[in-house]
Amino acid sequence: MTTLEATPAPPAPTSKEEQPRVVDTGNRRTGLYLLVIAVVWGVGYAFFKNHDTLARPFVQLNGLDKWFNHIRDNIQAAGLHNWFFHGIIGNGSTFINNHVIGELQGWLSTPSGGRPVPEVGWLGVVAIFTWIAYAVAGLRSAGLVLVGTLLFGILGYWQDSVDTVIITILAVVVSIVIGIPMGIAMARRPWVSAALTPVLDVMQTMPSLAYIPIVVTIFGPGATCALVLTVIYSIPPLVRITEHGLKSVSATTVEAAGSMGVTRSQLLRKVQLPMARRTIIVGVNQCTLAALSMAVIAGLINGPGLGGDVIYALANLNVGDGAVAGLLIVVIAIVLDRTTTAASERRERSQGSLGSVSSPGVMLVSVVLERLPRWASQDVRAPRRRPSPLMRRIVLLVTLVPVLVCVYLSHSYLDLAQFPSAWNVGGHLSNGINSLTNTIVNHVDTFTAGVKNAISYGFLNPLQSLLASTPWWLTAPVLLAISWVVGGLKPFLTTLVCEGVILGVGLWNDSMTTLTMTIVATVLVMIIALIVGVWIGRSRTADLVIRPILDALQTFPSFVYLIPALALFSSSRFTAIVAATLYAAPIAVKLVADGIRGVSATTIEAARSQGLTSWQMILKVQLPMARSSIALAANQGLLYVLSMVVIGGMVGAQSLGYLAISGFSQDNLLGKGINAGIAVTALGIMLDRTARAAANRGRT
Amino acid sequence: MARRQLRLPGWISFAAALALGLSACGGGNISKTTTGSGKTCGDLNIAMNAWTGYYADAYVVGELAKTKLGCNVKYVKLAEEPSWSAMANGTVDTILENWGHDDLVKKYITQQHVVEDAGMTGNQGIIGWYVPPWIAKAHPDITNWKNLNKYASDFKTSESGGKGQLLDGDPSYVTNDQALVTNLHLNYKVVVGGSEAALIQSFRSAEKNHTWLLAYFYEPQWFFSEEKLVKVNLPKYTPGCDSDPAKVACDYPPYHLNKLISTKFANSGSPAVTLIKNFQWTNDDQNTVAEYIAKDGMAGPAAADKWIAANQDLVNQWLQGT
Repeated sequence: MTTLEATPAPPAPTSKEEQPRVVDTGNRRTGLYLLVIAVVWGVGYAFFKNHDTLARPFVQLNGLDKWFNHIRDNIQAAGLHNWFFHGIIGNGSTFINNHVIGELQGWLSTPSGGRPVPEVGWLGVVAIFTWIAYAVAGLRSAGLVLVGTLLFGILGYWQDSVDTVIITILAVVVSIVIGIPMGIAMARRPWVSAALTPVLDVMQTMPSLAYIPIVVTIFGPGATCALVLTVIYSIPPLVRITEHGLKSVSATTVEAAGSMGVTRSQLLRKVQLPMARRTIIVGVNQCTLAALSMAVIAGLINGPGLGGDVIYALANLNVGDGAVAGLLIVVIAIVLDRTTTAASERRERSQGSLGSVSSPGVMLVSVVLERLPRWASQDVRAPRRRPSPLMRRIVLLVTLVPVLVCVYLSHSYLDLAQFPSAWNVGGHLSNGINSLTNTIVNHVDTFTAGVKNAISYGFLNPLQSLLASTPWWLTAPVLLAISWVVGGLKPFLTTLVCEGVILGVGLWNDSMTTLTMTIVATVLVMIIALIVGVWIGRSRTADLVIRPILDALQTFPSFVYLIPALALFSSSRFTAIVAATLYAAPIAVKLVADGIRGVSATTIEAARSQGLTSWQMILKVQLPMARSSIALAANQGLLYVLSMVVIGGMVGAQSLGYLAISGFSQDNLLGKGINAGIAVTALGIMLDRTARAAANRGRT
Repeated sequence: MARRQLRLPGWISFAAALALGLSACGGGNISKTTTGSGKTCGDLNIAMNAWTGYYADAYVVGELAKTKLGCNVKYVKLAEEPSWSAMANGTVDTILENWGHDDLVKKYITQQHVVEDAGMTGNQGIIGWYVPPWIAKAHPDITNWKNLNKYASDFKTSESGGKGQLLDGDPSYVTNDQALVTNLHLNYKVVVGGSEAALIQSFRSAEKNHTWLLAYFYEPQWFFSEEKLVKVNLPKYTPGCDSDPAKVACDYPPYHLNKLISTKFANSGSPAVTLIKNFQWTNDDQNTVAEYIAKDGMAGPAAADKWIAANQDLVNQWLQGT
C-alpha cells in the first residue's frame, strides 16, 4: 500500500539483463477477455444509449449536497459566538494573521508601523537571504539566492515575492513540526501507517478548491487560511518520505543495534534518524515545492503573495503580467530546491543523486520537480577539501558585518528600502510576452481550432458517448471487469468501493465525462512521453536543452497559460485536455527517459554488434527493457492529469471540474462542489490502483 | 555533525538580534507618514471581487479613502459570495458592487443582521445573451430570440452535441439559461466555459475570425469598449416572470447594483462609511477606469488617480461630510 515502492530503479539497480525474462502467458487471454468486455459494452451501448445515464441538472441538489451546505452554515453561525470556533479558532487565526505572519511581513515586505516601507528594506533582505544561503548551503547557493532575490525586484513584484517566500517557509516549518513525528509514528507502528495512508491519499488527490470554502469558513480569508491550505497539501510528501526513509534503514543494522541493548528511543535517535536523514531532507525538499505549488490557490482566498497577482492577471486577460508573476514562482522554486538540496548534500557529503527517491511513486505530489534545473548550481568539480569548522565560523562572522550594515542602511534610507523602479523591467517583459503571444495566437488559431475539432469529433465525443451515455448499470460492471482482468482482485475491490462512492455522491454522469477527458489526456501525455522521452534518453544534448523546459513547465502556474490555450482552442474540453497534458507530460517524459537511459551499456553494445538500426534498437531493445519505467510514467502522468481536472473546469471542461469551481464561488453549490471533489478523488484512487496493479502484474 | 546543525539557528538569531539593535539606532531619511484630515479612519478592508469593473470601484474608493481620509486600505481578494461570509466574520468591511443575490440578502441582512445595504452605485447591471458585432451586422434579425433556431446549426461546436451552442461561463452566477432554452423551445445546448476570461477570449476570437458565438454576458463590462457586443432580446421581463426558476421564459431583470457594508463597520464611526455611502457614478465612469486597467495595462491605483484627477467635482461631492 505504500506508494513509494514504485520507484523506477528497484533497490539493487541490477542491469536489465539480469532480471528474469518476462514470459507472457496470460497476455493472450487478457486480450480475449478485454475483447469480450468491449463487445458486451458496445452492444449494450447500441441498445440502451441515453437510458439511465444518471445525468443531473447543474443546479439540482441532493441530500448529501444539502447536508454539506448545512454543516457550513452551522460552522458559520458558530464562528460568531461559539467558544471553539470563535474563541479558539477565530481568535487564533486572527493572532497568527496579525502577530505571526503580519509581524514577519512588517519586518520584510509590507509597510510597518506608520513607516511607508518595511523595517528591513530590499537591500537588507537580499543581504540576509544571501547570507543564510551561504551559511547553510555554501557559496554557489548564495550566488543563486542573490540573483533570485534581486529578480523579485527587477521583475517588479518585490513585496509579493517576499510574501510568497514567507508563507512557503512558514508552511514548511509547520509541516516539519507536525509531519516528521507523524512519519516516525507511521514507520514504527503499522496500524498508524494503515490508518493514515488513506488520509494522506485523500489530502493529495482531493482538489483543494472543493474544500476551500469550508476552510475559509473556519479560518476566515487571509494569511492564516492560506497557511492552513498550504500545509494540508505540503505535509503528505514529507510524511510519506520520512516513513519510507526510516523503514528502509536496513533490518540488519536495526538488529545489530538491538543486540547492543539500545532502547527504542535510542534506536530512533542514534540509528534510524541519522541514517534516514538524507531521505528526510528529500522529503523536506518535496514538501517545499508542494507548498509553493499552492501559491496561486492561496491567492484565491486573499493569501499574501504572488498568487493574487496571477489571479488578477487572469481576470484581466493579461497573459504578460501573469507570466512574469508565474516566472517568479519558478525562480523561488529553483532557489529553494537548490538551496535545500545543496544544504543536505553538503552535510552528508555522500555523492549520488537525491532525485531517485523523490517524486516518482509519491502519489500525486502535484508539483514535484524531482529534478529541478541542476545547471542552476550543480557543482561539477570534485569536492574540495572543506575548511575546518572553526575557520567556517570565523568566515561566517566576518561576512555577517556587511550584512548588518546593509540591514541598517536599508532600514534608514528610502532608496535602499524601496526597490528602485528604474531597475524594474517587469513591465517591458510583460508587454513583450503579450505581443509575442498575440502574434503567435493570431497566426495559428485557425489551424489549432481545426486540430481541436478533429480530436473532439474523432475521438473525444465517441469515447464520451460510450462512457457517459451508456446506462450506469452497464458501464459500472464493465469498469469493474476491466479492473479485474488487467489488475486482479485488489483493484477490483478498490474499483467497487470507488464506484460506490461516485454513485453515492450522485455524480456518476459527470464523473464519466471527466474520466473520458482523463483518458484522452493520458494518451496524449504518453505519446509525447514516448517520443520526447526516447529522444532525450538517447541524446545528452537533447536532454540538456529540453530538461530545463520540462522543469519550468512543472513549476509554472498553469493559470497563466489558460488564456493563450483558450485563444487557440476556444472554450472546450479539448482546451482542458491541453492544459492537463502540458502539466503532466514533463514528469512522464522524464520517467521514460530515465528508463531508456537505465538500459545497460552492455546490452546496447551487444545489440549493436548484431547490426540493429536505430529504430530497431528503440523498438526491440530500449522500449521493452524500459517497460516498468513506462508503466510508472503512465501512472504518474494519469495522476497529474487528474490533478488538473479543476483547472480544466475554468476553460470548458465542464463536469466535475466546473462543479468544484462553482462550489467555491456559489453559496448554495458548496455541497455539490465538495461532492465533485470526492468524486475526483475516487476516480483518482480507482485509476491509480488499477494501473499500478496492471504494471506490477506485467513485471513479474 | 548534529552539533553543528544545532548551532546554525544560533548564528541566525544572533544576526537578527544585532540587526534589530542596529536598526533601532534610527537615523536616515525615512519618517513616519501621516496623511489625511482630522478624523481617524483606521483600517478599511475592501472586498476585491475578480472582475475589472469591480476593480474600478474598489480602487477609486480605496485611493480616496487612503489619500483623503488617511485610511489604511486593504484589498481582500475574494470571490463574491465568499465576500459576504467574510463580512459576517469581520475580515471584510464592504463590497462595492453587488449583483442581487437574493438568497444572501435574506441570510445575512434579514436574518443575521451582520450586513447592511449602503445604497446604489449608480451602475445599471444588464445580464443576457450576446453575439459579437459581426454577426449582428451580417444577420440583423438575430437580435430577436424567435430567430435563434434558424441559426442554431451555425452555432454548432464540438461541445454542443449537434445543437447550437449557448456558452455560459462565470461560475459565480446562477443562470436561468438551461430553463430558458427548454421553455423557449430552442434547439441549443448550454455549454459552460468556466470563467469570465473564457467568455471574453471567446468573444475576441469570434470577432477576429468571424466565427459564430452566442454567450451569456453582462454590462457594465470594460470589454464593451473593445467590442460592442449586441444583446439578443428575449421575451420582455415583467416583474415576477422569473419567480419560478423552472418555468422562467423571460429575459433577465435589470439589476440596480448596490454597495454593502458590514454592520460592525457601519457603526464604527469611520469617515470611510460616509464616503462609501456617497459613492455613486455611471456605467461610463466605471468603464473608463476599467479600460485604463484592462486595456491600457495601468496599475489599479494609478488608473483610479487618473480618473479622480479628471473628475474632481464629483469626487468632492462624495467626500462631503467625511
